[in-house]
Amino acid sequence: MSTENNGEKNKMETSTTPSSLSSVAAASKRTGINTRPMGTGLEARNVHAWFGTHHALADVSLDFASGTVTALIGPSGCGKSTFIRTLNRMHEFIPTAAMAGQVMLDGKDIYDPSVDVTKIRLQIGMVFQKPNPFPSMTIGENVLSGLKLAQLKTSNKEELLEECLMKAGLWAEVKDRLNAHGGSLSGGQQQRLCIARSLAVRPQVLLMDEPCSALDPGSTLRIEETISELSSSMTIVIVTHNMQQAARVSDYTAFFLSDGGPGQMIEMAPTSEIFARPRDKRTENYVTGRFG
Amino acid sequence: MSSNVAPVVTNFDHVSPIRPWQASVRDRLITTGIFLGSVAMSYLIIKLTGLSGKLGFFATFLSVFTTVNATRDYFRFGSASAKDSLVNTLVAAGAFITIVPISSILYTVISKGIKGIYPALFFRDMSLNAPNDPLNVGGLGHSIVGTLLLVSVALVFSVPIGILTALYLTEIKGRFSQPIRFLVQAMSGVPSIVAGLFIFSAILIPITKDNSSLLGSLSLTILMIPTVARTAEEVLNLIPNDLREAGIALGGTQWRTVAMIVVPAAKSGLITAIILGIARIAGETAPVLLLAGGGDKFNFNPTSGPMGSLPYYIWRSFGAGSPEAVTRAWTGLFVLLVIVFALFAVARFLGNRKVGK
Repeated sequence: MSTENNGEKNKMETSTTPSSLSSVAAASKRTGINTRPMGTGLEARNVHAWFGTHHALADVSLDFASGTVTALIGPSGCGKSTFIRTLNRMHEFIPTAAMAGQVMLDGKDIYDPSVDVTKIRLQIGMVFQKPNPFPSMTIGENVLSGLKLAQLKTSNKEELLEECLMKAGLWAEVKDRLNAHGGSLSGGQQQRLCIARSLAVRPQVLLMDEPCSALDPGSTLRIEETISELSSSMTIVIVTHNMQQAARVSDYTAFFLSDGGPGQMIEMAPTSEIFARPRDKRTENYVTGRFG
Repeated sequence: MSSNVAPVVTNFDHVSPIRPWQASVRDRLITTGIFLGSVAMSYLIIKLTGLSGKLGFFATFLSVFTTVNATRDYFRFGSASAKDSLVNTLVAAGAFITIVPISSILYTVISKGIKGIYPALFFRDMSLNAPNDPLNVGGLGHSIVGTLLLVSVALVFSVPIGILTALYLTEIKGRFSQPIRFLVQAMSGVPSIVAGLFIFSAILIPITKDNSSLLGSLSLTILMIPTVARTAEEVLNLIPNDLREAGIALGGTQWRTVAMIVVPAAKSGLITAIILGIARIAGETAPVLLLAGGGDKFNFNPTSGPMGSLPYYIWRSFGAGSPEAVTRAWTGLFVLLVIVFALFAVARFLGNRKVGK
């Protein structure tokens, strides 16, 4: 498999865009963005991850510039979720986990012993695959729960509540029932509630681990709109299995793959490039749906 | 930004996994230092003030250690982290306080009981000896036989009944679920002597007119069923409904689904239910004394004749009062503890075996 890839690699780089790819590339709203915005943002340097002795992820170096949306794509089991969890130190929650490498936020390694891990997670928020509103709290309490958990003070709770729900695209639907329980919302609404909850502590970076995989197309569309609106003010990293989604919402795309060994980052490029002119044969096979 | 393609590297042997979130050697040394310093400081405080005794020392140590640790975290990461460390230390102290009386009991039972152990102890009975006799005559073999017979016969009755009751409550959910659940809960509070008296007046007086360990087992069954049924119900309730739906959607009848999917999934929890049941009855004395009568002779027949048991042996030996008799009682306690632990270990082993082996 790999010898075949190497053999055809040069051919790929010189070939013109296949017509099947141009339609996906055209679907990308954000094809114009090719330059790196200012700010250092988040940066992974040679990150490895292990579960026990199992080497799950090897040598991933990625730059997430401020104000960009980066999509991580790749087949199941290639280490995307593991990687995203190393970015806000959720990885260490698993008892046998280990890692190597550095994750820099604004130039400072978040794994440095002098760093308070809870503050890191305040700055780098996370939205999970399954919507997980806190069952004992109302909608309003859910949004503000991060402030309570981290014991942060805010001058105007109502204002913050409205702002976060607005940004998450949920305000119009829930403004009359903020005292209802989070569980009374639909799946898509619950996920937007979880996004609003992450926004309330004002993170610099938002990590999203397949946030739409449990949702219907309508809710998915709403969340994608939310991501586009948020991307002006924060850095977003989104894991997705849906390549159209990656094309629609992201500025950059990174392709991960595991060929039996640890998962590795194969290729990272502006999203339009990845879908129109992938440089690696494996990336091309994946984005055109030939495997995975 | 130019695209980058990862170089083809497949060998990462030079990279070694680390756990930067764990306490470093330096952190551990500091914590040990704080621990030892707190011990020394509490010793000083005890000497210099009116406080005294082990309890005073422990309380002083706990407050000193907690304060120093929390202060350290306050200067590292701020007040939230200090509170976190405070609660952490208190939780650990709580766990420690739980361990203290248990290990103290274990220590006392083992150190006092071990004196009365000699090899023939397990093969002899007390039919020719009094509890006050020297420690190298007589034995408690008859009590072990009695306890094992009482518990195992009670298990044979109560485990099926208890688990079937739990299955009725969680799987069938018939119209009697509510009253049965209520009765089972109420029954778990019944004093053991009431169960004993019930069998005494319902079976011993009108029918058998004689002591037997079977009757003792029946009263223990009454005590054990509620424990098994309630715990098993909790465990079965934890099995996700998706599994039941998946089984039924594959064309299984309810019985096949429960037997093939629900019960195996709940297996280790059901074993725990049985262990808790055994723990409830293994040390029962009153109903056993009333119904099995208690005896000093080997009796292998559960259906007739008085039967000794370890709790009875302990009770009788303590009552005799001489130093030898008291040592016998401690030895009985020791053996009872070993038997209960052995039963737990066997049950755990059975429960942890992989499904399908």
